[in-house]
Amino acid sequence: MNLTLKVWRQNSAKEAGNLVSYPVKDISEDMSFLEMFDVLNEQLITKGEVPIAFDHDCREGICGMCSMFINGRPHGPKQGVTTCQLHMRSFKDGDTIVVEPWRAKAFPVVKDLVVDRSAFDRIIASGGFISVNAGNAQDANNIPIPKPDADKAFDAAACIGCGACVATCKNSSAMLFVSAKVSQLALLPQGKIEATMRVKEMVAQMDKEGFGNCSNTGACEIECPKGISLENIARMNREFYSANITE
Amino acid sequence: MSKVDSKIPAGSLAEKWTQYRSSVPLVNPANKRSIEIIVVGSGLAGASAASTLAELGYKVKCFCFQDSPRRAHSIAAQGGINAAKNYQNDGDSVYRLFYDTVKGGDYRSREANVYRLAEVSANIIDQCVAQGVPLAREYGGLLSNRSFGGTQVQRTFYAAGQTGQQLLLGAYSSLERQIGLGNVEMCARHEMLEVVLIDGKARGIIARDLISGKLERHFGHAVLICSGGYGNVFYLSTNAMGSNATAAWKAHKKGAYFGNPCFTQIHPTCIPVSGDHQSKLTLMSESLRNDGRIWVPKQKDDKRKAFDIPEEERDYYLERRYPAFGNLVPRDVASRAAKERCDAGFGVGTSKMAVYLDFAAAIERYGKQQILKLGIDNASAEEIRKHGMDVVKEKYGNLFDMYKQITGEDPYQLPMRIYPAVHYTMGGLWVDYNLMTTVPGMYALGEANFSDHGANRLGASALMQGLADGYFIIPYTIGSYLSNEIRTKAIPTSHPAFEEAEKNVQATIDRLFAIKGTHSVDHFHKKLGKIMWDKCGMARNEKGLKEAIEEIRALREEFWKDVRVTGTPNELNPELEKAGRVSDFLELGELMCMDALQRKESCGGHFREEYQTEDGEAKRDDDGFSFVAAWEYKGQGSFELHKEELNFDVVHPSQRSYK
Repeated sequence: MNLTLKVWRQNSAKEAGNLVSYPVKDISEDMSFLEMFDVLNEQLITKGEVPIAFDHDCREGICGMCSMFINGRPHGPKQGVTTCQLHMRSFKDGDTIVVEPWRAKAFPVVKDLVVDRSAFDRIIASGGFISVNAGNAQDANNIPIPKPDADKAFDAAACIGCGACVATCKNSSAMLFVSAKVSQLALLPQGKIEATMRVKEMVAQMDKEGFGNCSNTGACEIECPKGISLENIARMNREFYSANITE
Repeated sequence: MSKVDSKIPAGSLAEKWTQYRSSVPLVNPANKRSIEIIVVGSGLAGASAASTLAELGYKVKCFCFQDSPRRAHSIAAQGGINAAKNYQNDGDSVYRLFYDTVKGGDYRSREANVYRLAEVSANIIDQCVAQGVPLAREYGGLLSNRSFGGTQVQRTFYAAGQTGQQLLLGAYSSLERQIGLGNVEMCARHEMLEVVLIDGKARGIIARDLISGKLERHFGHAVLICSGGYGNVFYLSTNAMGSNATAAWKAHKKGAYFGNPCFTQIHPTCIPVSGDHQSKLTLMSESLRNDGRIWVPKQKDDKRKAFDIPEEERDYYLERRYPAFGNLVPRDVASRAAKERCDAGFGVGTSKMAVYLDFAAAIERYGKQQILKLGIDNASAEEIRKHGMDVVKEKYGNLFDMYKQITGEDPYQLPMRIYPAVHYTMGGLWVDYNLMTTVPGMYALGEANFSDHGANRLGASALMQGLADGYFIIPYTIGSYLSNEIRTKAIPTSHPAFEEAEKNVQATIDRLFAIKGTHSVDHFHKKLGKIMWDKCGMARNEKGLKEAIEEIRALREEFWKDVRVTGTPNELNPELEKAGRVSDFLELGELMCMDALQRKESCGGHFREEYQTEDGEAKRDDDGFSFVAAWEYKGQGSFELHKEELNFDVVHPSQRSYK
């Protein structure tokens, strides 16, 4: 199939960017969206132009590095997949596809489609862990955990930290991301000891990074490639309020 | 004395680690504060080492090329992690895990290292659960296990098909905790491009800030290479796009010997190549072989759809050839068997380079079990199928979704089509018992070293080794070196050795830009990959390997004359990053072929066509090749082979049989 791509080009954080049109030809429907970008970049290199910078790594939907805002939706039109797992059979011949970077104050553009998501790391560093040094642990089966709790914790832990939730939110809120980690650890007995401190520290860091507030539109849940549930946000709110009350 | 002194402690196998651990010199807490350690890589080995060393009080700097340490490719490991917990009461023990691993590695690994690995395996599970890693559980609240290839016990712990993700996020959370506490300085989007040696010891690195393009100098009393494997030499592999050998290769060129470079693992169950545009291959976890049955049609070039082929016209070739282990034979055996069937003309799909992995029997078996459990009478076939599908979905849902997304086919209805693909490299930097390379102060952990898997790695053992090295081995063994370094003050990076190293890195970058050739980096990478896959892949022979060496040399020359690197050095420039990595692959590929050529035997993943038994199994030569090949760099294209003899005091090598 033949397509027209309109891609955001921006040389650096300090310079202004704009959308540039590129025709691409003979795209197979078995290609992934990123393989289509490989084809485009190969064309640009042949012409002596600078290829489009985009983040990607595992290309199997788990590292969370790829991050394209495709036709107004993070990771494109299909639900439950990352950009690298989006295949061209989701498009049709003649389509015009607009590709932009994640847009949020807390995710400044680095170059073209690459943004800086280190704010997420700083949120985790503020409390997204259980303080246990290597060597301290007791036998794993000494902490039985009801399967439903373990399953819920796992579902929350499946977050890949891609930032689609922030990109799609009109407030650029990171509530789904933060709540997934808060929930995972709050659901487990190992995580309860530091629960109060954790939620307060993580929420404070989230605010400090410049993410917006949550107004419960639910767009994050719809666009999350890993199906992280809004229930986590409810659980985090509960954790946050009770943490502040019990102080 | 040869430099390949493995430094294996004396004593009986079962006592070595305990005794050594109790006698290894320590560094007191006040001195730890002034000792700096550089960790290159943030996967399971790097993140666990960085966080654990920081917990002990060392000053740590950790580097990764991704935008966050959480993205390292350990994250993509699906199936599980082995540990000798014997929670299933099925006869597992440290000895049995040790034995399975040595046998699985086709008797080409070091007994002492493997035994230690088996010993600490149980601690890893404890540590991960304490961190809040949500491993799969039974209804009673206790941990669940499954089987993996090459074993007859259930010792694999897992988190759906995302075990690597969950373990890495556990290690990452510990690392972030130490970053938050100010004990680790994290340098994301940085790539190590050179090791700095001062008086023969590793004292730091030159790293490129990938955003600004600036070269930076970093001092360390010790340098840990935890940068993963080199499977991307083959261009197409299950590795991430950015996975590379640069850190390990630079270390090698500075004096670290490279161990068993030809030992690469071709994983049997991957989604087949769909066309020339293919940029990477996707694994379908080995855990699927617990329930999936592998088959091809008995008739050559059978054009019927899979479900139109009746049971008696299917060849379940693994069950036929290996009745004792069936579909759960080790990876090397399963891969070769698939290649054998496809080469003989029995392959399926449009390319004919695929075999079926079929879940119909499992769906029916689980369905019947559920019907009994739920007490449903007179269940229809449809109902049984539905209940069976629910069970399969719970176990492998994310893998089935991934398969459907990539191929456009629904594996609940049709069998998966799979074919082997490059997955893991058992070879790597040669290390002694302390995980130290032949360069004092430089260590290699995880997939980056060669140490524990011999000629073939068993499933669910990579995660175990990465975390064992980082959480439980290096924190002890590094003391034997650093206890002698407490008087070494931090060396200023204005030292001439840093100056010189940076100048060399800059010269290489300038040289790449100066070529202004006509072909992209990928063009050369794909060509190299094809040579490697055709001639140093699942089957190798003398003629092919000699040709490959010539072809790689020619390709390397062409690369340095004709590659086109666009953009400029002082900016985010993925083409420059790739060019550097591919230039290293072009050297490493040659060494892999040389190693494969000298190893005139077949063992594990290394299958030399000249050395096979009558029924096509690998034929080892223990008299001639029971050694680790440790290669010393002697200038471009020139390497000297050193041999570390392998002694088997406890396990006696025999013809590996899974029949």
